[in-house]
Amino acid sequence: MGLTGIQIFKLLPKTNCGECGVPTCLAFAMNLAGGKAELEKCPYVSEEAKEKLASESAPPIRPLTIGVGDYAVKVGGETVLFRHEKTFVNPPGLAAVVSTDEDEGSVGGKMDRFKACQYDRVGLKLRAEMFVVQDTSGDAAKFTALARKVSDGTGASLVLMSDKVDVLKDAASALKDKKPLLYAATAATADALGELAKEVACPLAVKGDGSLESVIALTEKLTAMGLKDLVIDTGSRELKKVFEEQVLIRRAALKDKFRPLGFPTIIMANEMADNLMAETLVAATFIAKYGAVIAMSDFQPHSLFPLFLERLNIYTDPQRPMTAEQGIYPINNPDENSPVMVTCNFSLTYFIVSGEIESSRVPSWLCVQDTEGLSVMTAWAAGKFSGESVGSFINKCGIKDKVKHKTIVIPGYAAGISGELEEELGGWTVTVGPREASQIPKFLKVWKAQ
Amino acid sequence: MAFQPTKQVYSGRIREVTLGQGDKAVTIGGKAAYPFHTFEAEAPRPPRVAMEIWDKDPSADWSEVAQAPFKDVLGDPAAWAKKCVDAYGAEILVVQTKSADPNAENRSAAEVAEVVTKVVNAVEVPVVVWGVANHDKDVEVMRLVAEKCAGRRLAVSPVEEGDYKQIGAACLGYKHIVVASSPIDVNLAKQLNILLGNLGVVTQDMIIDPTTGGLGYGLEYTYSVMERIMQAALTQEDEKLQQPIIANVGNEVWKSKEANLSAEDAPELGDPEKRGVLMESIAAVDLLLAGADVVVLRHPESVKLVKGFIEKMI
Repeated sequence: MGLTGIQIFKLLPKTNCGECGVPTCLAFAMNLAGGKAELEKCPYVSEEAKEKLASESAPPIRPLTIGVGDYAVKVGGETVLFRHEKTFVNPPGLAAVVSTDEDEGSVGGKMDRFKACQYDRVGLKLRAEMFVVQDTSGDAAKFTALARKVSDGTGASLVLMSDKVDVLKDAASALKDKKPLLYAATAATADALGELAKEVACPLAVKGDGSLESVIALTEKLTAMGLKDLVIDTGSRELKKVFEEQVLIRRAALKDKFRPLGFPTIIMANEMADNLMAETLVAATFIAKYGAVIAMSDFQPHSLFPLFLERLNIYTDPQRPMTAEQGIYPINNPDENSPVMVTCNFSLTYFIVSGEIESSRVPSWLCVQDTEGLSVMTAWAAGKFSGESVGSFINKCGIKDKVKHKTIVIPGYAAGISGELEEELGGWTVTVGPREASQIPKFLKVWKAQ
Repeated sequence: MAFQPTKQVYSGRIREVTLGQGDKAVTIGGKAAYPFHTFEAEAPRPPRVAMEIWDKDPSADWSEVAQAPFKDVLGDPAAWAKKCVDAYGAEILVVQTKSADPNAENRSAAEVAEVVTKVVNAVEVPVVVWGVANHDKDVEVMRLVAEKCAGRRLAVSPVEEGDYKQIGAACLGYKHIVVASSPIDVNLAKQLNILLGNLGVVTQDMIIDPTTGGLGYGLEYTYSVMERIMQAALTQEDEKLQQPIIANVGNEVWKSKEANLSAEDAPELGDPEKRGVLMESIAAVDLLLAGADVVVLRHPESVKLVKGFIEKMI
């Protein structure tokens, strides 16, 4: 991505004045290429070079933020087609649609469920972030009132959706501080909405006629007007076609640096299926394949929870394993006679081990040691799950004050540390547990303190 | 000037493998493009949805939601198999030989093989026999199954590095298909395919199981390994990875705590049936997008939803 050091060097004054802090222009160019310096440090660089460098180094997919505060959604800024190549950085915002002809109870229910469907998982908050407020009556006052009600009542980020410029203008002016996404500029409304978006300084969606050409025409026009924060809706609503377009848009932006398609995309799943179950699968498709904002007709926990898990999985950094926090986890209300088990903090290990203990219904203490996200076998091989490290963790974590017995269960794969661990723990007995988590319930049911 | 999208250049193709025999035989694989990328190269064989049954009554292990559709047949694997095919449209049937597990019921290989044979004889669709991933026990069971079902072109799974010689030989001898199973790693998948090739298993008889992680429980690892296999097979001429892929989705997803919590235990997670079905279906959709040719599912509603997804995508 971007220019090489040599390419940048050609654009610099080549005077080696040293005022930028490094002795030569070449060294400065290398630092620029590596992202270690900023162009402003050079007092003599030409305007032309500045422009060229700025446009070359801009991210291929425009990063932008919709909304403000807790529920602000950062989208765009992606750099790869496949998550294993680097990582997907900005998880898509999930939204439900409320409209001006919807009755109050229905809107209120969605707002309540927006707040209720929030879950904690490995230190992360799983939740939806957005509402699409849709104008179906052409009544500006009603539309603005609904948008305000949703915003005040939930704090969610908003997409303001109307095909009438005046209606959108009314709500956008009233709520511009909330930085809503204005939806959407078409060939007919691009001029007026482009001006509006500039005036209120909010991001603007474009809606094509179902072809990428129509999208390109719109983004080129709006870019020429000076707008930068755009979001693409191609206008297609057929699953197969939308999938193709999402792939082509991401590819054009990344592989060809094709600026007119270098923007995040919005998916209207509610317009692509006729029931929430099918909509959920549409949403799932575009969580994996390149959607940045995904709207559904409703928020329901049975649909949101699985989507949250998927989003978490797909947007996990493949180079850095998810971890559970080091500490003592009481499971099934343990007391001073309950077994004590220890394992590593790789999140999958933690989930599976704690799940098996839970399903055994045996009250237990699970001590999770920080192994930097390595699994038991890997951590043991790397010396991060040794008699010494486990011993020092168990001595310090406070579990010794919670139980009367002096027995600890270690994972079967770490059997080799038991001798060293007994020495560290002074007077405790180390029992080797099963190798596979699935055998834990069987093991716990017959466990006795030594 | 009209916009010219960049096309991905493909240099490889996934091989075709035919499971089962007769009218109901199913051919999988064959795609020359990334999953559902039919706008740039052909994929003549759509991905398939298989349904799993157990060779024993799963009532002690399954939640109410998963049991409900099969209440009348859970104790009779052959009737259960027929119901999957006749009532729910299973195109491939997977028998999980859970009763053989040495850590649980530990039924003898002879008993297990007898039940499997009954199931195979009860249906016309292709059958995959999925063991318990215990090398010694799987070898014992699969040898017998292979012999008793000679010529039916079953797929036998999992065939791992530790037992490929024995199970691979049984498949060779009785003309079954090998499901080469490796622990979520492209290189290990490739290596096992090479070992099986050296043993004499031909590419028309080989399917890859890269090991499936459940939704929220490591799905992303399987997803990325499949995408890497697709890239290697279709764009980097890696011939050893050009085999179709199967993913044992239902078995993994329904193991997780969240798929099984009742409405009383977790009111905040909503309707338990719809939640479980969507967890299973979303995992299946992700793995189909990543490259799976067969997804194995448990709940009939998931089968319906995922089939609907495939129809709209091809």
